[in-house]
Order: sequence, then structure tokens, then C-alpha cells
Amino acid sequence: MSSPRSNLETLPRGLQAVLVLGLLVLAAFPFVGSEYYAGMVVHMMILGILAMSLDLLLGVTGMVSLGHAAFFGLAGYTLAFLTPADTPVNLWWSLPAAMGVSALAALVIGFFVVRTRGIYFIMVTMAFAQMVFYLYHDNKVLGGSDGIYVNFKPNAVVIDLENKLVFYYFTLAVLVVVYVFLRRLLWSPFGRVLAGIRVNEHRMRAMGYGTFGYKLAAFTIAGALAGLAGYLFAAKTGSVNPELMGFQMSAHAIMMVILGGMGNFAGAIAGAFAFEYLLLVFKDLPTVGGVNLGKHWQLWMGLFIVLLVTFAPRGLLGLVGKFTNRKEAALE
Amino acid sequence: MDLANFLIQLLNGVQYGLLLFMLAAGLTLIFGIMGVVNLAHGSFYMLGAYLAYWLAGLSGSLTVAILGGAALSVVFGLALERLLFRHFYQRDHLDQVLLTFGLIYIFEELRSILWGDDVHGVKIPELLGASIQLTENLSYPVYRLFISGCCIALAVGLYLLISKTRLGMKIRAGAFNREMAEALGVNIKLIYAVVFGLGVALASVAGMVAAPVSSVYPNMGSQVLIMCFVVVVIGGIGSVRGALIAALLVGLVDTFGKVLLPSVAGMLVYMLMAAVLLWKPEGLVKQ
Repeated sequence: MSSPRSNLETLPRGLQAVLVLGLLVLAAFPFVGSEYYAGMVVHMMILGILAMSLDLLLGVTGMVSLGHAAFFGLAGYTLAFLTPADTPVNLWWSLPAAMGVSALAALVIGFFVVRTRGIYFIMVTMAFAQMVFYLYHDNKVLGGSDGIYVNFKPNAVVIDLENKLVFYYFTLAVLVVVYVFLRRLLWSPFGRVLAGIRVNEHRMRAMGYGTFGYKLAAFTIAGALAGLAGYLFAAKTGSVNPELMGFQMSAHAIMMVILGGMGNFAGAIAGAFAFEYLLLVFKDLPTVGGVNLGKHWQLWMGLFIVLLVTFAPRGLLGLVGKFTNRKEAALE
Repeated sequence: MDLANFLIQLLNGVQYGLLLFMLAAGLTLIFGIMGVVNLAHGSFYMLGAYLAYWLAGLSGSLTVAILGGAALSVVFGLALERLLFRHFYQRDHLDQVLLTFGLIYIFEELRSILWGDDVHGVKIPELLGASIQLTENLSYPVYRLFISGCCIALAVGLYLLISKTRLGMKIRAGAFNREMAEALGVNIKLIYAVVFGLGVALASVAGMVAAPVSSVYPNMGSQVLIMCFVVVVIGGIGSVRGALIAALLVGLVDTFGKVLLPSVAGMLVYMLMAAVLLWKPEGLVKQ
């Protein structure tokens, strides 16, 4: 019961076609959609990166982390601290630095949490993330509850993120690179061990694998990639605040992975887009009979989550998989 | 820190710890017996506080509010178990996390619709409004002692219920081996419903008695939930005794930390948790 189900590690052909099509749409979007919507798509792509990084833990290794937002926020704060008050910071060293901070934090926290499992892991990851949250929330030096501004977007010789179009394609490129990297990782010997840990950790240990090291490595890589997303997020919004590291953010990331379907990274991207789109829809609901439905978006979101988890626990890709791969579904 | 001041902090720490215990006991019971991770436990605490505010306003008496509120929250818990949680006992922890996360959203919004987004105070009943004079210029409010008393009474009641009664025996049997207990004729469905109702009531009563001290405000459940998690992790999952030890420890560390080391007070409890995890990864008391 404690190892979550994962599905569709090998993507069916139809789904691969959908992914290529999606990529083409994303590549063409700035020329078709307005600048406003392109900004939203950037937002969704960034969260797609965050969701993929969490999927490495959730869907591949079977570790339900409820504190993943801590690493997302830490990198964002690192960018905010590295950016001088009057000039942009160089992208080429600030991005690795921010990811490094997240990776280091993930390594240290992972050292404590990875030795626990199941429900314990859920609670401990959440508690450690909350510790980071309060560290930043309670200290004026670190920005306090209001957070801090990132006045200038990072900049490099060829890539100036201040340019919206450049930012869009940079994010798209990062999204693709992270996806390809994680897919390769999934089918590497390292990834196979992680998948083995999800299915049966005891057996992996009996076979001679030091599962602690593997899980810690996965936790650290996932933390670094979450940091990558957090860095872009802070650059995009121009500010950071403790909410980025809060438990709701972590839960949202889980929602995205579940909504899309776990264990293949494509689902995480789809889930991130779908989740953010739903949030927009709920917040934008009209006023009916004097009641502003959009104001109560939390109610609709909550109802949606409860209904989804009750009736479609395998997510969108799980549904797609059911139709594209009936035989496999019938065997289960 | 002189003796009187130390005594006040000690009492505050114990009171906070006992309150945390009441919450963590419900959380750990629901997990230990039914295997359900409940993120919405903090919402039940919030529900209690708002019930206290609402019913005390209606009836003019906190005692009536607490009794009525406790009954209402048991009914609420039973309904929730019947409609939702019952279908999640055999599901992944991940599904339970999501279900209860969704519930947090729903409860927060319903709270906003029913009672608004303002911060409210709840009056301390006159009978308990006095203070005990410790030294010339230091006194201790009786109401805080009353909170501690309530928590101790409930803890003792819980202990007697679980270890001395027939119902408690069935609860323990159900936690130990569901199928076997069922085969022996224990109505597990009923037992689970009772335990869930009890857990909700414990959290809600904690919210009600704490309302006059902590005041009543939106999202008040989330901070408490995290503290509960820390307590459960330190104490060891599913162990009520571990939860008691851990809750007192957390209460004291938090209270004294705020006085002695204010700059790192927010982190101290988590450091305690990290230390315990290094020393005993399964918590202080192993089930």
C-alpha cells in the first residue's frame, strides 16, 4: 500500500505523437497567441519542470514527498539574493548556484528523510519543508513574510531573459532538456534501480543494492531540478515569498503529477498544464444570481481534487492509457 | 530567569504540549488503527474554534458551546467517515493525502462562507477568568490551567477507553489485525467509524478549549497540523503514549525556546525532530 502505483513507463505511439504535437504547438504559440497568454504558458511550463522533478520521487521511486516546494523556493530566493539592486545577474553562474543551493539542501534534508518510508516519509518531508518555510518567514534578514523582489531578470551574452520571447523559448528549451534528461535517467541502470525500489525495496537490498544511496541521489537530483524551476519562477514573477515553499505549493505539485499520471514525466507536464488551467478557470467563474462563483475557487478546486482522487486515481494519462492500451489494462 | 518566571513558562509549555497531545492523539489513532493519513486534521481544530465562537455567541456560555460543539463534531466526523473516508481505507497513502488536501480547501472555503474571514476573540467564562498570584507582579491565568485540566481528563479517559473497556479491546484488535478481528465477529466498520468520530472530536474539542487563548482566525489549522506531524514523528506513528511524551517535549522546547533563544525559536522543534530521527528513525516509542 505504501508504494504508489505508477503507470505507462513506455509511452504508446499515439501518446508520443501527442507529445510531438504539443511541442510544436508550444514552439508556435508566441506567434499565434497574445503576449498575455504566452506569459501564462511560460508559467505552466515552469511548473511542468517542477512536476517532472517531483515525478522522479513520486512516480519512479515511490517516495511521496510533501515538501518538494522547499527546493523550488530555495533556488528562487538564491536568485533574489544574488541579483544586485541595480543590475541583472549573470545567468550562467547564478543558475548553477541556485540549483546547487537546492541540491545541497536536498542532500542534507534527504539524509534525514530518506531513511524513513511510507507515511513517515510524507510527514517528515512536510515537516522539514515547513522548517525552511518558517526560517524565511520569521527572519527579516531573509525577507520575512513579504518576501523580496527580483528587480532584474538574469541576463547572459546571448540570452537576455528581460526579453519576453527569449524567456519563453529559454523555458521551453529547459522543459525539453529536463524531459529528455529524465527519460534517459528512467531507462539508465540508475533509473532501473529506482523503479525497482518502488516495486520492492527489500528485494533490491537483498540483491545487493545500497538503496539508501540511490534514494538519496534521486532526492538530490529531484531537489536540484525543482531548484531549476524555482529559479525560472522567481525570474518570471520578479519576486519571491515564503508561500513558494509552503505546504500548499508542495501539494499542488503532487496534484499536477497525479492529475497527469505518474512515472513517465510526460504526465507530469500534462498535469501541470491542466492543473494551472483549471485554477484559471475556477478563479474566472462568472457571477450567477448575485453569487460570485470565482471568489469561491477554493471550493471548486477542493471538490475537483476529491472527485478526481475518488474516481480517476490514475490521472489523465491513465485514462488515455486505458483507451490506447486496452490489453494491458485488461491484464491488471 | 527567576523561579516564578520559570514556573510560568513551564506551565505554558505543559499546557501547549497537552493541547498538542490531544490533537496528535486523534491523528495517530486514525492512522494507527485505520491506516489513514489525514491532512485535514488541522481543519477539525479550526472547526472546533469556530464552533466555540459561534455557539458561545448564540448561547452566551462557553460550557454549552463546548458540549454542543463536541456533539456536532462527532456527528460531522461520522458523516465524513461514512461518505468519504470509508472508501479510502484500502487506498494508497498518496490518495489519502490528496483527498484530505482537497478537504482542507473545501473546509477553508466553507468556513469563509459561513463565518467570514475576520479574526474573532472568544471570551473566557467569568468563573475561569481569574489569575493566581505567583509573586507580587507575576500571575498565572486560571483558564490556562483549565485547558491543561481538560486535556489531562481527556487523556485519562482515552487511556481507560482503549486499555480497559470492551470497545477499546475491539479497537486494539482491529488495529492489530483487521481480518482476524472481523473473523472473530468484531464489527470493524463500526469500530472504524467510532475511532474516526473520536479523532475528529478530540481535534475539535482542542480547538474549542484553545479558542479563548489563541483567538479564532482563517487557516489556523495548518500550523497546528504541522506541529502535530512533528509530534507524531517524534513520538512514533500509531503510539498514543509516544504522542504524549513527544507533545510535552515539543511544548516545552517551543515555549522555552521562544524565551531563551528567540532568534531560532521557530526552528528548534524541527531540530529536535531531526535529532530524534537520527537517533531513532521510527520515533521514541515503537509500536
